[in-house]
Amino acid sequence: MAEFLQFVFSGLTVGAIYALVAVGFTLIYNASDVINFAQGEFVMLGGMITVFAAAAGVPLPLAALLAVVVAVAVGLLLHRLAIEPARGASAVTLIIITIGASILLRGLAAVVFDKNFHSLPPFIGGGPWQIGGAALLPQSVVVLIGTGIIVVLLWLFMERTLIGKAMVAAAANRIAARLVGINISSVLALSFGLSAAIGAVGGILVTPITLTNYDVGTLLALKGFAAAMLGGMGNPLGAVVGGLIVGLLEAFGAGYISSQYKDAIAFLVILGVLFAMPQGLFGRAGVERV
Amino acid sequence: MRRLLKSGHSVVILTALLVAIIPFLVPSTFHLRIAALVFIFALAVVGLNLLMGFAGQVSLGHAGFFGIGAYAVAVGPAHFGIPSWAALLIGPLAAGGLAFLIGRPILKLRGHYLAVATLGMGLLIAMVFTNEARFTGGPDGMPVQRLELFGWRVRGSQSWYWLSGVTLVIASWIAVNIINSPTGRALRAIHDSEVASRVLGIDVARYKLIVFVISAVYAAVAGAYLALFDALVTPATAGFLRSIEFVTMAVLGGLGSILGSLVGAAVLVVLPQLLTVFHDYEHIALGLIMIVFMIFLPAGIVPSLARLIMRRLPSS
Repeated sequence: MAEFLQFVFSGLTVGAIYALVAVGFTLIYNASDVINFAQGEFVMLGGMITVFAAAAGVPLPLAALLAVVVAVAVGLLLHRLAIEPARGASAVTLIIITIGASILLRGLAAVVFDKNFHSLPPFIGGGPWQIGGAALLPQSVVVLIGTGIIVVLLWLFMERTLIGKAMVAAAANRIAARLVGINISSVLALSFGLSAAIGAVGGILVTPITLTNYDVGTLLALKGFAAAMLGGMGNPLGAVVGGLIVGLLEAFGAGYISSQYKDAIAFLVILGVLFAMPQGLFGRAGVERV
Repeated sequence: MRRLLKSGHSVVILTALLVAIIPFLVPSTFHLRIAALVFIFALAVVGLNLLMGFAGQVSLGHAGFFGIGAYAVAVGPAHFGIPSWAALLIGPLAAGGLAFLIGRPILKLRGHYLAVATLGMGLLIAMVFTNEARFTGGPDGMPVQRLELFGWRVRGSQSWYWLSGVTLVIASWIAVNIINSPTGRALRAIHDSEVASRVLGIDVARYKLIVFVISAVYAAVAGAYLALFDALVTPATAGFLRSIEFVTMAVLGGLGSILGSLVGAAVLVVLPQLLTVFHDYEHIALGLIMIVFMIFLPAGIVPSLARLIMRRLPSS
């Protein structure tokens, strides 16, 4: 039982970060049909900038804020300089642009920072808490609560504000949204900024547990993408659930079956789900117009 | 002129000419080595382009098939005493067989769901290579015995240049023939609209499967060549980044263009070589160049340039 609980804790912690990456994918996908493969780089930027700002003597909360601001700026620049000029290009062309951006950002991070692994001190002091025989890191709780707050804020933003509703409308039908006067280009920019902020916060929260370096984005993007697809592309709730499931599958797979094949177990389950439900867990079945 | 450009076989002739001329233009075996690498990668990309550019099906896992070809020529001779030339045949057969088995369920998925399924498939294959260290040497990889063909020991950049160049020409010729065959027309119809093709009586699942198997075989042959050429394989051969690299080559050169596959492979193989002079800034430059290319030539290098040239040619 203690073992089981332990796997739940570690699975949920990692899963929360996958969920944040998946939500970032979803936001940009809904606004533009683009799978932004630079999504993991926002997570990396969040962690790395906080680490280096803190090392330079900036107090941790300010360093974290700075990291989010820079990540948002990078997200907006990515949209303004790389996505906007290629407007009208096919989705696959735009995806290659985001892959280029991801290589570029990784290269920049390696030059501006370095190639070593870095950590942050946990946000809450004290040793791990013992719950039912399993150890729970205080930082894991911070990650989970932080993820929860982001998801709730995002939901409120989408449901309660006019700008949020404009985003939802643009996701539902871009042409109709434009006809009622929504500025699609601003919505797209907003989705990049928002995704960058969410990714950066995720990176800051998880760095005390998993460490960070210039190269962590690739794997996170890959897992986040899988999580988003598992949940059903375009569905933010599905993205969160998908992320948590992928995290739990990895933790249980590593614990009970084989740590070498933990990623395999996660992907086998994802493949199985997709074969049974080709639109993911929460996706709507698409209708093709001829 | 127009007609020659439009018929697919001009591409094969052009490729053959390139292969024949390059050795007279480049000064050293180092350059021949780069050219051979371009041909080997182009081989995989031509296959992937059949799948992506003509049938419109994305694969983010083709490095898995590439890896199967590579590890076949590594593991076969080392552990099972299979001669290299036989392993060179077995690898692509195994990759094709695997593609045949998993093709039907996987190809039922569409768009990004297909992308994530193929991504998972590629990762699983790479994971087997990493973890079955008894056979594969684990994360460090393993050495590969030299290829021996009819008593001819294939080694050195020059031999590999010719072998990979000739193979690429043959592979392009086969690809062009597929495109111009009824199968090719069916694939393009599927690309435009699956529902409409089905209504017309095209067995959509079957054609998608055919091209998936063909592209897997192309990738495996390329993987085997690369392993034999480098005399080394590592799990990175089959890794996610390699799959992304193939897709990038195909899109950068131009989806649906055989010549584009060669150009895309050339750009992504040659550029990093040129950029090594910038040391730390290599990745920054590579990323920037990819972005700029895709912004200004969104249909890919070859189709975008071809459209420009076509517009200037007198229509006859």
